[in-house]
Formats: sequence, structure tokens, C-alpha cells
Amino acid sequence: MPVSLSGFLTDPDSQQVLIVSRLPRTLAALLAGAALAVTGQIMQILARNRFVEPMTAGAGQSAALGILIASVVFPASAIWAKMGVSALTTLIGSAGLLLLIRPLPPTQPLLVPLVALVYGGVIGAVVTFFAYQGDMMQFLGSWLTGELSGVLQGRYELLWGAAAAAGVTWLIADRITVLSLGENAARGLGLNVALVSGLGLAAISVTTAMVVVTLGAIPFVGLVIPNIIARRMGDNLRRALPVAALSGAGLVLVGDMLGRTLRAPFEIPVASLVGIAGAVVFLALLYSEPRRG
Amino acid sequence: MIRLSGVSHFIGGAQILHDISLDLPKGGITALIGPNGAGKSTLLSLIARLTPLKQGEITVDTLKIGGCSDRDLARVLAIMAQSTHVSARLRVRELVGFGRYPWHRGRPGPADHALIEAALERFGLLPIADRFLDEISGGQRQRAFVAMAFAQDTDYLLLDEPLNNLDIAGARGLMRLLRDMADRDDKTILIVLHDINYAAAFADRIVALKNGRIAATGAPDQVISDTLLRDVFDTDAKISRIDGRPFVMV
Repeated sequence: MPVSLSGFLTDPDSQQVLIVSRLPRTLAALLAGAALAVTGQIMQILARNRFVEPMTAGAGQSAALGILIASVVFPASAIWAKMGVSALTTLIGSAGLLLLIRPLPPTQPLLVPLVALVYGGVIGAVVTFFAYQGDMMQFLGSWLTGELSGVLQGRYELLWGAAAAAGVTWLIADRITVLSLGENAARGLGLNVALVSGLGLAAISVTTAMVVVTLGAIPFVGLVIPNIIARRMGDNLRRALPVAALSGAGLVLVGDMLGRTLRAPFEIPVASLVGIAGAVVFLALLYSEPRRG
Repeated sequence: MIRLSGVSHFIGGAQILHDISLDLPKGGITALIGPNGAGKSTLLSLIARLTPLKQGEITVDTLKIGGCSDRDLARVLAIMAQSTHVSARLRVRELVGFGRYPWHRGRPGPADHALIEAALERFGLLPIADRFLDEISGGQRQRAFVAMAFAQDTDYLLLDEPLNNLDIAGARGLMRLLRDMADRDDKTILIVLHDINYAAAFADRIVALKNGRIAATGAPDQVISDTLLRDVFDTDAKISRIDGRPFVMV
């Protein structure tokens, strides 16, 4: 139903559409985009590698696994309970990745994203297997491919939590930046490395789980945005995180608007659009990455 | 004073350090030398609590390693690790600024900023303060890391092979800055060096390690000899004296 500016002022039905559907959808895009970009940046510091992001590196798949487990074992549980289980599996999945890539040599920066992709793929396969066994394949698509067409008032509010979790990281932005110097250097400066890493990982997990539960996985936002920002203004997170949040919000919003209009009245999921654009940008970034000594 | 008593260390069943006891008095530069695998870096990272101490005791002034908080130690002792590879894109000024972290815990005040600017100026980094670390030369990067350790404003400074990959101008420049920090600011500097000639030229004391044991300690004049090179480094290079200073003829 079209909504015009004049209609909004006079027509109660238009007002209803705006408040129940259009505004939530816009807010959902903004919140999810901001949260994803921020957690991508944190993940890259924790993994000490530019080319990983939670959605493709096992966190997104682990989140889907959590919802699946919750849906099978406690089918009647509330959405926030599913979210809780999902956040837990995401935490385990992300921590598992960090342990897995720890021994990889820093001189081979492309090994980490390769391992992460395989790791994410393996977890994804496990999810698919159990979804198939549990006859839940139709839900799987909605978790693994993020889109906003189902967003209505009352069905997106978890995303405020995702944005808040991402916002909390800004409070410890300096500490996370110190962590980017490496574990030894950070300890040498008196940083509580385990605590800060743990907080960062928790923020990533909560955010990823909330986005996957509400919208489904949206890849590449957490990869492309932090990479572009790091090139332009560096990795000092106190300065970079707010810009990342704004850019991520803009990217998902524009992606959703394009997805709605390109083939109207059909919709292209925002995950697909952002994924295609993100993959191209990612390749460009890989090839233009300056060799460092 | 840094005091080690009965420090032993094992890595995967192999004994890296054998019952090391050593007193490093306050002030001056102490060079830790020895062949590859002698345990120099392990010893340094034990003192800097980056490797957990399992056997023996280490104290830095009144702080006991393993018993004091990371934060308290970070205000007394700074460590510059061997690998200064940083994957994050940071500006020189930001890096040097992190040296203040143990003091301000993420909320730098005007005094911190003044100290950061002073460190940048002292190490000749002001012209490149706003460049990213991956845009400057290896020598400048190394200097930036020393400036960060300087900004940390600790009495003790530990450096693990800071001259790696530096050309002669970079290496001499860095050693002079360290000498200057020891002389003017009364810093106590413990440095792992590969090149004995640099140790002879800049250090006040030398501690030679071999197979995890202390082979010799003392002033460069007394320690560096044909015997040391033969027994510790397994080489028959000769020592000559130039301007009264021992010099290894390579």
C-alpha cells in the first residue's frame, strides 16, 4: 500500500502502515546494519585478521544451529529464550574459531579467512543435516538468508538489543584497540586480555544471534564496512566504530530499499543483494591489499 | 633492581633455563647475549610475565612476578617484544599514545597528551606522527615502538632484539636513543642483542647465556674475549681493540 507524505498527515490507515510496518522495517535495517558492521570490526581485531566476519565465519551458522536446537527441543519457548540458546551456541562457535585460527602463522593472512569459511561451512552443513532430519528445512532458509519483509511492529525489537550490545563495545573501544597490538603487547600495557576478549566475543555473539533470530544472516556487512573504514581512517576504534555503525546502517537500508524496488512487487532478500555487492567489493579489497613487510 | 633466583623453565620437556640467579641493579644498559636458543628471549619474557613463571622467583623492585597485577607491573616495567608486527592500521601518534594506557586506562588527560607529544618529539617522530604504521620504514616503526615504551614512563625497559631488520643508521640511532634514556632519564634497560659489537659499544653490563645457563657477566671489557667467543658462541673469531673497546673481527 503506497504511503504519501500528505496521506500520512491526514489518513489514519496510512499512519497505521507507517507505524506498524514502514518505520519498524527502516529501524530494523538501520539497527541490524550498525550492529553487524561494529561486530565485524571487533571480530577482525579478536581474530587479528582483516578478512573474517561473524556471519560467514561460523557465528552466523552457530546462531542458526542454536535456534534450530531451541525449536526442536523447546518448541514452545519464547523468542527471547530461543535467542538465549542461539547466543550461547554462537559464543561457543566463535570461541571455537578463535582457538582454531590461533596457531595459524600471521605471515599467511589468507589462511585465516579460508579456515573460517570452511569452519562456517561445516557448521552450516551440521545445521542443514539436523534441519533435514527434523523436517525444518523451510525455516532454515529464513535463518540463513536475512531479509526484512517480515518485519512488523512487535517483531523486530530484539534488534534494539543487538544495537545496544554493539554500542557497549564502544565503551571499551580503547581496550579493544590496545588488544589489536597483539596479546603480549597488550599484557605488557597491563590490559586484562582475557576479560576484554571475552567481552568482545560476548558482544559479537549476542549481536549475531539477535540478528539471525530476527532477520536471518546478513553476510559481508561486517567485512566490507570495517575494511573500507580501516583504509580511510585506521583502526582506532573510538573513532572508527561510530563511522562503521553509520555506514553499516546505511548499507543495509539501501540494500533493503533496492531489494524492494528492483523487482517490485517481488522482493529480493537484503542478504542476497548485500552478499553479491559485498563479494565483489571483498575481491577488490583482497587484490588491492598492499603487501606489507 | 630486578632479582632472579633459581629460575628454571621447560618448554615441552626440554629445559630452556637452568637455575638462573641474577641481580640486575638499577640504572644503565644490560645486554643479554648468547647464541641462538640460549634462552635469552625466554628469560626476558619471564621477567615481563608474558610467559608464566613456573620455577624460581623474580622480583622487580618490590613487585613479585606472578604475584602482582599486570597493571601494577605495567607502570614499572615496559616490554618491547621481538615481533612488532601489528595487523591493525594505527597512526604513529595513536601507537605512542597507547604507552599511556597503564596510567589512564582509556581516558587520556592533558598530562597524557603532553607526554605523548614529548615522546614523539624526542624520538623524531613528529613529522610522521599522523602516518599509519604500514606507511613508514622499518626503522621508523621500531623507533615508534620504543617511543611507546618511553611514553609508558616506567623505570625498567625490556627490549627483545630491537635491531632486527634495521640498517646500520637505524640500529645506531636506536641504540643512541636507548643510551640517552639510560643516561638522562635513569632508565634501567635490559636488551637482547645479537651483535656483540653493539653490546660492547652501548651496554654497561653484559650477561652471556649459553644453553640456559649464565656463562659470564660483567662489563663489556671484561666479558668479551676470545675465550667467550669460543666457549659460548663456538666460533674462533678474534677480538681486537679499537679505541680501548673490544671489537669482534667477523
